[in-house]
Amino acid sequence: MKRIYVNEEWCLGCHLCEYECAFANSGISDMVRALKGKQIHPLIHIEDSGDVHFAVNCRHCKDPICVKSCISGALSKGKDGIVRIDRDKCVGCLTCVLVCPYGAVLPAPDGHAAMKCALCTDNGRGEPNCVKYCPNGAIVFETREEA
Amino acid sequence: MELYIRPDYEVVRNTDKCIACRVCERQCANGVHEYDPATGKMRADDSKCVNCHRCVSLCPTHALKIVKTDDTYRENANWGVQTINEVYRQANTGGVLLSSMGNPKPYPVFWDKLLLNASQVTNPPIDPLREPMETQLWLGKRTAKIERDEKGRLKDTLPPQLKLSVPILFSAMSYGSISYNAHESLARAAEELGIYYNTGEGGLHRDFYRYGKNTIVQVASGRFGVHKEYLEAAAAIEIKMGQGAKPGIGGHLPGAKISEDVSETRMIPQGVDAISPAPHHDIYSIEDLKQLVDSLKEATEHKKPIIVKIAAVHNAAAIASGIARSGADIIAIDGYRGGTGAAPTRIRDNVGIPIEMALAQIDERLRSEGIRDEVSIVVGGSIRSSADVVKAIALGADACYIGTAALLALGCHLCRSCHTGKCNWGIATQQPDLVKRLNPNYGYKRLVNLVTAWKHEIEEIMGGMGINSLEALRGNRLMLRGIGLTDTELRLLGVRYAGESL
Amino acid sequence: MLQREGEFRNPSGCAVTGVIDRSGKKMTGESMIEAISVMHDRSNGLGGGFAGYGIYPHYKDFYAFHLFYETTKAQEETEAFLKRHFEIVYSSEIQTRKLPSVKNEPGIFRYFLAPLPRKLANSHLDEREYVARCVIRINAEMKDAYVFSSGKNMGIFKGVGYPEDIGRFYRLEEYEGYAWTCHGRYPTNTPGWWGGAHPFGLLDLSVVHNGEISSYDANRRYMEMFGYRCTLQTDTEVITYIVDYLLRKKGLTLQEIAHVIAASFWSTIANKEESAREQETLLRRMFPSLLITGPFSIILGYEGGLMALGDRLKLRSMVCAEKGDKAYISSEESAIRKIEPSLDRIFAPAGGEPVIYELYGRRD
Repeated sequence: MKRIYVNEEWCLGCHLCEYECAFANSGISDMVRALKGKQIHPLIHIEDSGDVHFAVNCRHCKDPICVKSCISGALSKGKDGIVRIDRDKCVGCLTCVLVCPYGAVLPAPDGHAAMKCALCTDNGRGEPNCVKYCPNGAIVFETREEA
Repeated sequence: MELYIRPDYEVVRNTDKCIACRVCERQCANGVHEYDPATGKMRADDSKCVNCHRCVSLCPTHALKIVKTDDTYRENANWGVQTINEVYRQANTGGVLLSSMGNPKPYPVFWDKLLLNASQVTNPPIDPLREPMETQLWLGKRTAKIERDEKGRLKDTLPPQLKLSVPILFSAMSYGSISYNAHESLARAAEELGIYYNTGEGGLHRDFYRYGKNTIVQVASGRFGVHKEYLEAAAAIEIKMGQGAKPGIGGHLPGAKISEDVSETRMIPQGVDAISPAPHHDIYSIEDLKQLVDSLKEATEHKKPIIVKIAAVHNAAAIASGIARSGADIIAIDGYRGGTGAAPTRIRDNVGIPIEMALAQIDERLRSEGIRDEVSIVVGGSIRSSADVVKAIALGADACYIGTAALLALGCHLCRSCHTGKCNWGIATQQPDLVKRLNPNYGYKRLVNLVTAWKHEIEEIMGGMGINSLEALRGNRLMLRGIGLTDTELRLLGVRYAGESL
Repeated sequence: MLQREGEFRNPSGCAVTGVIDRSGKKMTGESMIEAISVMHDRSNGLGGGFAGYGIYPHYKDFYAFHLFYETTKAQEETEAFLKRHFEIVYSSEIQTRKLPSVKNEPGIFRYFLAPLPRKLANSHLDEREYVARCVIRINAEMKDAYVFSSGKNMGIFKGVGYPEDIGRFYRLEEYEGYAWTCHGRYPTNTPGWWGGAHPFGLLDLSVVHNGEISSYDANRRYMEMFGYRCTLQTDTEVITYIVDYLLRKKGLTLQEIAHVIAASFWSTIANKEESAREQETLLRRMFPSLLITGPFSIILGYEGGLMALGDRLKLRSMVCAEKGDKAYISSEESAIRKIEPSLDRIFAPAGGEPVIYELYGRRD
C-alpha cells in the first residue's frame, strides 16, 4: 500500500506539515479561519533535535498493535491497509495512545476520544495534505517494500 | 561611530492572515522573523532582510510581502538613495562594497530591442508538432581537412567536438560558491538533457565524477582543484580568463563558504577567503595562452575540446581573434550582466560591455578574418529566455551559457546576497541546514523542465521562420530587426531596422 | 524608387526545367523554350533565362564570358580589366532578335578568354580560381558591368521578360548543346535588372532555383569567409557559390554535397546503415553552416551533367523523367510532356535526394 514516508535527509523542520495537516482535518475551507488564534492538533509531528528534523505520523502497521489493544473495536485496519478510528465507538480509554510505538495515535482535543492519520482519506482531500505542501519533497506518499 | 542606515526593504505582515505558525521564523537564516510569546504574534526586523522571498514563498496563508521602503531622503536625481547609502556604508566600514549576481543597473538590454522574423506566403512556416525540428548541434572546431580512405570514403579529421541536444549549457558556478545540492542538480539535469554543466573554478567533488561526460571543468587563475584526474574526468576543459560580472579581477570565495568538503575539493585551507589572482600568472600575453591551451591538450591526449572564457570587454573582437588562433576550440564570452557569487559592486556595475555587442562584433571579426570555423562561440551573461537564445544564435553564437536562469529554476530569487553564504534557498551556501533546503531530486527536474520548455519555444520560433535546423539559424542576421536602436547600434549589431524589407 | 538586385535581398518564386542527352547528341534551345512556355503562369515576366552546355565547341578551351553593360564607360573599364588579366581570343556583341516584349536590354557582349600566363603564375592560384576571382571582382567592383556567364563551352542567356521571349530574343534555336536548363522567374519585387535574372553561373556551374530559402543569411555570411561576395543577394547566387566551394575547392562529390545542403534529419541519419550514418554525420559536422533550409528545388548544370535536388522537406515540386538517352527535370510534369509525350520513366525524387544525369562515361 501507499504510505507516507519522511526522508530525514530533506526534512527542514519547518513544521509546515503540521499546519497543513491541522488545516486539512479542520473541515474549514479557509486556512486563516481554521487555524488563526487556535491551538492546532495535527496528526503529524515534527521531531526536532538540533539540526535533525523528522516528521512522524501513523505507519499503518501491518499488524497494528493499536487495533489489537482497542477495547471497544473502534480501531480497525481496512482492506486498503489504512488503520482508521471510529469516533462513535471510541470510549476514550486512550490505550491505543499508550501502546503506539510511534506516538502516532493522539488524544483528540476534546479528550473524549483518540485520533489518528487516515492519509487524508477521511477529510475529502484525496491526497495527503502534508505531502502536497512539503516545500522540500521530504514527505512522500509511495509504496515501499516493508521490512 | 556607525550611522544608522534605513533598510531598503520592509517586511509587511498581514496580521489578519498570520496564524503564527512560525515557518517564516524557522526558514529565515538572517533571523528577520521572531515569535513574541507575550503577544502571540510574529514580528520582523527589516534591517536583516535581504528580500530573498523565502518566507513569502513558504507562508501557508500568504500573509507576508516585502516592499521597497518609502522612506526617502530629499529627492535628488544625481544622489539616489542607494548611492547615498553606499557612501554611508563605506564611511562606516572603510571597505570595498561587495555584491552578488549580475549587474542590476538600468543599462539597455539589446535582446529586448531585437525582433524576430516569421514566414508568410513566399516561404512556409514549419510546424514543429508535425515536422522534425532540429536543435542538436556540435561545438568545437570545424576545420576538417578533406581526406579519403582507400575506398574513397571521407576520413573523420575533425578535432574533438561536444554534442548538445539544445544550444544551452549551464555556465560555470563553482562548488563553494554554490552548494553540493545545486551542483548535483545541475549535473543530473545536464546528463538527462544531453548538455553540459560547468564546474567553475572550484574543482570537482568526487561524487560527481560519474557525470564526467556532461561536465566541463574549469582551469582558472587560482588553479583550485586542478589535477590530472580532474582534467581526465571531463568532456571539455575551460580556461577561465575572465568573468562578465568582474572583468579584470579573479574569483572571490568568502572563507565562510569554505567548508571541509569545499576545502578538500578545492585543495585549499578551510575557512580562509579564496581569492584567485586577477591574471593567470603564466599568461601575460596571447602566446602564453596558446601554451596553456597546448599543455591542457597534451595532458588529455588531444581528446577534449578546450574552451577559453573571457569577459566581454572593449577589445573583445581582437582578443577573440587571438584566441581563435591559439588552438582553442571554443570561445566563451561572458557579458557584463553575467552573475557571480561575489564581486566588488563598482566592478560589477561599471566594467565590461553588453554581450549582444561583443557577440556581434566577435562573430563578424572572425568571419572577416576567415577563421570563424576555428572556434565555436558560446555566450552568456545574461540569457534570460528562449527568445534571447534564438536572438543570440541569429547574431552568430553557437550556443548559450545560462547561469542565473538556472539558479532561478532552483529557487533563487535574485536577492544578490550570495556572498553572505546564508542563502535561504540552499543554493549559494555551505551551511548544512541551508544546503538541505535544495533537494536535488526536485532541483534537477526543475532544470530539466526549464530547458525542455525553452527547447519547445526555440522550435516554435524557428519553425515560424521556416527554419528546421539550428545550423541554418546561426549567424542568420536577416532574421533579426532592430527597434529603438541608433544607427551605430544597428551597425555594430549588423542588423537592419524594423520595417526595412529583405 | 525600387532598388536593383544586390541592393536588397530578393527572393522569388519560379519555374525550372532542364534536359540532357546522355549520349552527347546536340539539341537546339528550341525545345527548352517550348517546355518553359507551358509553365508561363509560374513566371511573371520579370525574368527568364537559359543555360546551354556544349554550345561553343570551336572555343571549348576558352572561358566564355557573357557580360551586360549599362554604359559604354563601364564597357571600356571592364574591357581594360579583361585585357590586363586575359588574352581575349575573340569578342563580339551577342546577336539578339528585336521583340516587342523584351525591352530595355543593356549592351550584351561575349568574350572568349584565356588567362594571361604570367599573370596567372604570379597569382599563385589555380586557373579556375583565378578566373572565378576575376568574375567576382568585376561583379562586386565594376559599376554597371556584370559577368553573367563564365564557363568553358557553355553559356548563360538571360534577361527581363517571360522566359520563352528571352529564349527567342537570344535566338537560342541557333545554338546546339547536349544539355539545357531554363528558368522562369516570379520575383516578389524587382526593378527589372537583367543581371538579376537566372540562371546564375560561376565558371561552368549554373543554377536554376525555385523557392525561397530561410537559411540565406547563415549561408551567405559563411560563404563570404572564403572570398565569395554575394552581391546579388539572391538564393541562386549563394547556392551556386556553395556548390562551387564544396565541389571545386573542397573536392566533395555531388552526392556528398547533397548531404551537406539538403542533409537528412539527424533522426533519419540515426536509422541508416553504419557507413552512411558515419559519412552523413561527418558531413553535417564539417559544414553545418551550409545546410539550406526552406523551400528550394534546383537544377545544377555543370560540364557533362545535370543534378536535380530539392529541399529535405520537399516543399517545392520537382519531377524527373527519362526517354532513351534523354533525361528531363522540371518543376511540373506538363513541361516535360509538352516536349516528350511518351516517357520511359517519370518520378518525383524524395526531398533531399539528388538525381544526377551525366554524359555516358563522364566519370570512369
